[in-house]
Amino acid sequence: MTSDLLHQILRRRAGAFCLVALILFYVAAFFAPLLAPYATSDQDLTKTYHPPTGVVWHEGQLAVRLYKLVDPTCAKYEAEPGQFAPIHFWVKAPTYHFLGLIPVSHRLFGVEAPARLYLLGSDETGRDVFSRLLYGSRVSLTIGLIGILITTVIGLTVGGLAGYFGGVFDSVAMRGTELIMAIPGLYLIIALRAALAKYFDDSDQIFILIVVILSFIGWAGTARVIRGLTLSLRNRPFIYAAEALGQGPVTILWKHLFPNLFSYLIVTSMLSIPGYILGEAALSFLGIGIQEPSTSWGLMLSQVQDLKVFMLNFWWLLTPGLAIFITVILFNVLGDVVRDIVDPKLKTQV
Amino acid sequence: MKTYILRRLLLMIPMLLGVSLLVFVLVYISPGNYLDVLKAQRDIPAEFIAKKERELGLDRPWYMQYVSWLGRTVRGDFGESWSYRIPVIELLAQRAPATLALSLTSLVFAWAIAVPLGVFAAVYRNSIFDKLSALSAYAALSIPEFFLALLAVIFASQWGGFPTGGLSAIDHDYLSPVGQLWDYVHHLILPTIVLGIGGAAGLMRVMRTNMLDVIQSDYVMTARAKGVPGNVIMFRHVLRNAINPLVTSLGFAFSGLLSGAVLVENVMNYPGLGQLIFQAFMRKDRDVVMAAVIIGSSMLIIGNLIADILLAWVDPRIRYDK
Repeated sequence: MTSDLLHQILRRRAGAFCLVALILFYVAAFFAPLLAPYATSDQDLTKTYHPPTGVVWHEGQLAVRLYKLVDPTCAKYEAEPGQFAPIHFWVKAPTYHFLGLIPVSHRLFGVEAPARLYLLGSDETGRDVFSRLLYGSRVSLTIGLIGILITTVIGLTVGGLAGYFGGVFDSVAMRGTELIMAIPGLYLIIALRAALAKYFDDSDQIFILIVVILSFIGWAGTARVIRGLTLSLRNRPFIYAAEALGQGPVTILWKHLFPNLFSYLIVTSMLSIPGYILGEAALSFLGIGIQEPSTSWGLMLSQVQDLKVFMLNFWWLLTPGLAIFITVILFNVLGDVVRDIVDPKLKTQV
Repeated sequence: MKTYILRRLLLMIPMLLGVSLLVFVLVYISPGNYLDVLKAQRDIPAEFIAKKERELGLDRPWYMQYVSWLGRTVRGDFGESWSYRIPVIELLAQRAPATLALSLTSLVFAWAIAVPLGVFAAVYRNSIFDKLSALSAYAALSIPEFFLALLAVIFASQWGGFPTGGLSAIDHDYLSPVGQLWDYVHHLILPTIVLGIGGAAGLMRVMRTNMLDVIQSDYVMTARAKGVPGNVIMFRHVLRNAINPLVTSLGFAFSGLLSGAVLVENVMNYPGLGQLIFQAFMRKDRDVVMAAVIIGSSMLIIGNLIADILLAWVDPRIRYDK
């Protein structure tokens, strides 16, 4: 089923393109410490709001232009003619632990200090936007996957049990989902964030907190649909047959009901990933998500809300928004491709 | 139908009780309260803070606080905003017109774009226009609202022509009545576009699918076989039936009328309810938060009910009474 699905995706142009692009994104995020020229909190206060450095071919190798700060009041830089710093590959860098295990003391490319390589410019404290973008992609790219994993497990369990057994458990579970769905989403997210913040103070733990909150909102919808599907399957002959054979409810749910929900689950999960990405970005943008010195695309965009940025056209600070946009559109298109493959009937319903 | 509506409205009561209890507890267990700001100021004596705490009832256990809040609210008193020092109702009423105006204009904007585009995309299926509009719909659905808002503000500050935020200009009070109206409209244009584009894309896709569904139905084929001209088929038979399912989405639109667009209002500095409520959450202005949640939830539940009623109204096959 899975290999067949993969084959089908690759046979469609849009599907193949999105899948390959996303895989590249994930590879880049995975190897972020190697690919990024600088660490996320590596500041240079003499080079704030530096424009992207021009990369040129100079004396037989790649080099970056050097810039001079012409007007510090409005962060105006000008390239100095004839001044270059060569780009070196596999350069020495402060040692860090890749995946927290393997010590690495090199980065893929960089320039010799004090020159700086800003592929996408620098921000208000002279940190490299490109490096932060790479590290930030780890948040956006994983949050959706972890989120749908949690919501699917809770949704399947609650919805499946409610649909199969009915009765008191069913009413309690469904009232619970209605309660969650009756509160405007963002209000509930903010209230949960404020209430649970004290248990997650570390910036790594805040990532977990955000996943937990977004999943807490998300499982209700999944559970309701799973319950509906289970109810409709419940009275099919094959379930009666399994019951007549003396199989227990857990076996029936696991072996007979869930496989029938598989295609639905794949499609809804794919299509709900963008929700998590946008949710995290919005929270971090509002200042109640990922916190400094960690980085995420939403957090990087919150810096843009500065009059200086608006007036002086620091366009490179908008690249995180573009990154979110591209990631979400890739997931959306891929989700639609998967939906058309798995269940062509769904196509006509919205 | 009447008993169905009545039953749904009665079910609202336990639901709102549950919602208010949940949010009240969440606000209670979140660390700190409104008085923290005062405590940080050294010139405010501790006795004053203790007195204030008693006045606001913050020294009592949470269930007592909830019961007294509930008692007040049931009698129609939503309490007082701690940071603005005016009744919550007055505060919300000040901000509601701006949010209502923005919600309505973006709704109208979304429909005005979505219906014609969806119809054309379906009529000229697989044409370049269809593909382009599908692509733009993808883009519109994938762009984060707050990013779009940022782009709009940057657009306004770089190229001018539109205000960068706010509800009205500084010299608003000195303008003629017509000038004042134009000033409001001028400030509404960018937020309306930013908020409406996502909805327009969603509606357009639904409109297109509905049209295609109806085009394939038997009665359209019959009309075609009778020799009815193509335009008449499209506008009299197909469009009228295809637009029906969209009407139900008005119910869901209703639920969002007063909750405000927190992100867009924050970025574009639009003084609506969304901005106010977000600040209230951040400042732990409990009574404002609770009132906002109660109003938001009621609108959501009633909006769902309206959607269900509209569904039965446009499709007589749906009956809620057994």
